[in-house]
Amino acid sequence: MKSVTNRIFKDRLLKTGIIVLSGLSCVPLLLILGEMLLKGWKQLSWSFLTQSTPTSLEAMLAVNSGERIPGGIANGIVGTLIMVLIATAIAVPIGLLCGIYLSEHRKTRFATTVRFLTELLQGTPSIIIGIIAYLWMVVPMKTHSALAGAIALSIMMLPLIVRSTEETLYLLPASLKEAALALGSSYRSMVIKVLLPALGASMIQWDPTRPSSAVSLLIWQFYNDPNLNSMIWSASLFLLLFVLLLNITAKQISKKWRI
Amino acid sequence: MENITLSFKDVSVAYNADKLAVIHISADIQKNSITSIMGPSGCGKSTLLRAVNRMHELYPNIQITGSIELNGRDILSMNPIEVRRLAGMVFQCPNPFPTMSIYDNVLSGYALNGIKIQRSERDQIVETCLHNVGLWDEVKDNLNKRGSFLSGGQQQRLCIARALALRPDILLMDEPTSALDPIATSRIEDLLVELKKEVTIVIVTHNMGQAARISDYSMFMYLGELIEYDKTEKMFTNPSDKRTEAYLVGKFG
Repeated sequence: MKSVTNRIFKDRLLKTGIIVLSGLSCVPLLLILGEMLLKGWKQLSWSFLTQSTPTSLEAMLAVNSGERIPGGIANGIVGTLIMVLIATAIAVPIGLLCGIYLSEHRKTRFATTVRFLTELLQGTPSIIIGIIAYLWMVVPMKTHSALAGAIALSIMMLPLIVRSTEETLYLLPASLKEAALALGSSYRSMVIKVLLPALGASMIQWDPTRPSSAVSLLIWQFYNDPNLNSMIWSASLFLLLFVLLLNITAKQISKKWRI
Repeated sequence: MENITLSFKDVSVAYNADKLAVIHISADIQKNSITSIMGPSGCGKSTLLRAVNRMHELYPNIQITGSIELNGRDILSMNPIEVRRLAGMVFQCPNPFPTMSIYDNVLSGYALNGIKIQRSERDQIVETCLHNVGLWDEVKDNLNKRGSFLSGGQQQRLCIARALALRPDILLMDEPTSALDPIATSRIEDLLVELKKEVTIVIVTHNMGQAARISDYSMFMYLGELIEYDKTEKMFTNPSDKRTEAYLVGKFG
């Protein structure tokens, strides 16, 4: 009997340990969120989302008279939207087609090569992709632009889309494809009317956290301007809440459309 | 001859050059009948069935020799897309298209073939086909729900409706009830007996009881060969081949 009590004790010990450790893994996020809320909530308001960044002078005046800094991060949000839209328009069609090809012809030499190269691209540090976009776009055009950022972003998105398209298609039951073809479908309409919708339904869980770049750039700007320092926190808070919202939405959608 | 829908003439199927999965099979399938293909696992029954709607061409290196005639036309020389429209197929696992509604699933054959039909005609087809598979009363209020919300048996009946919507000459069924519970199975069996008035049915089954209950003719295959093909009644009461008898009494398989 003693050994049984002993085993139950050990069992409980392990269980408690697991619960405590799982709780610990949430602590960093909670700490960050708390810090941001404390320092950033004062700046958050509707105008924070709808107005552009204030100049250094405006911010200084407001800080000196103890008021809330006017303006917000609308420029960052709009910039993000433009960049994400352009990047998506470039990367999604190419990535989808490439992913479909890879899943349909998994073993050809060309497919193996393409797959290997997209893996390499996925592993390429974003700073390198940034520098390349700078060389290719910013230098010839002699100005920074959303287009340059979008190109860099699309290069980063491309391998993700290719890989998740291929993996998702591979996991779809073969019978789905066969069912469509057995009805006399051509290969093309099978891809368009059966594979792609099924793909869309199960692929909405794409990592939605990447496209936050333009706001991150603003945070960097705020950091470099002492007068704007206190906006770092509100912008970061916004970013975090935004990512949270995206994540929850993606989860809800994919739950609804789960196959 | 006009009572024969499908005719196998010396058909062989090879997955690789030195091994035939189906060996020199010749048989005629009677119109408006149910023909079951029985045999132990790996005997080539599904392979034979899938040769009819040319599913083998989706995979590389599968060779078919001989000829298969559907209503007098050699299907091996036809365009596979056309063949598949004439030969509907129902698979082992119910596989309605998960992103389509019940309504769209029934019409998916038309959508996938790019055939445009009028709204009223569409409603008519959906209602008739769902009636034919006994699903109409169960789903008529939920036609816009997705097919994957139905139970397994309902899904399989939806798949049969989907195949029937294109008015095929023949319905090929590859163990259509092996993933279903006994009640759903019995509904499908009743349904098939009804359906044979409209369409010729060839059904591959593991379940001897099922073959005995519903089929008019039975084939017994073993190691790729057609051992015996006869009226079901005759085969189950007085088989001509010892191997058939051994299989039917449960000595192997």
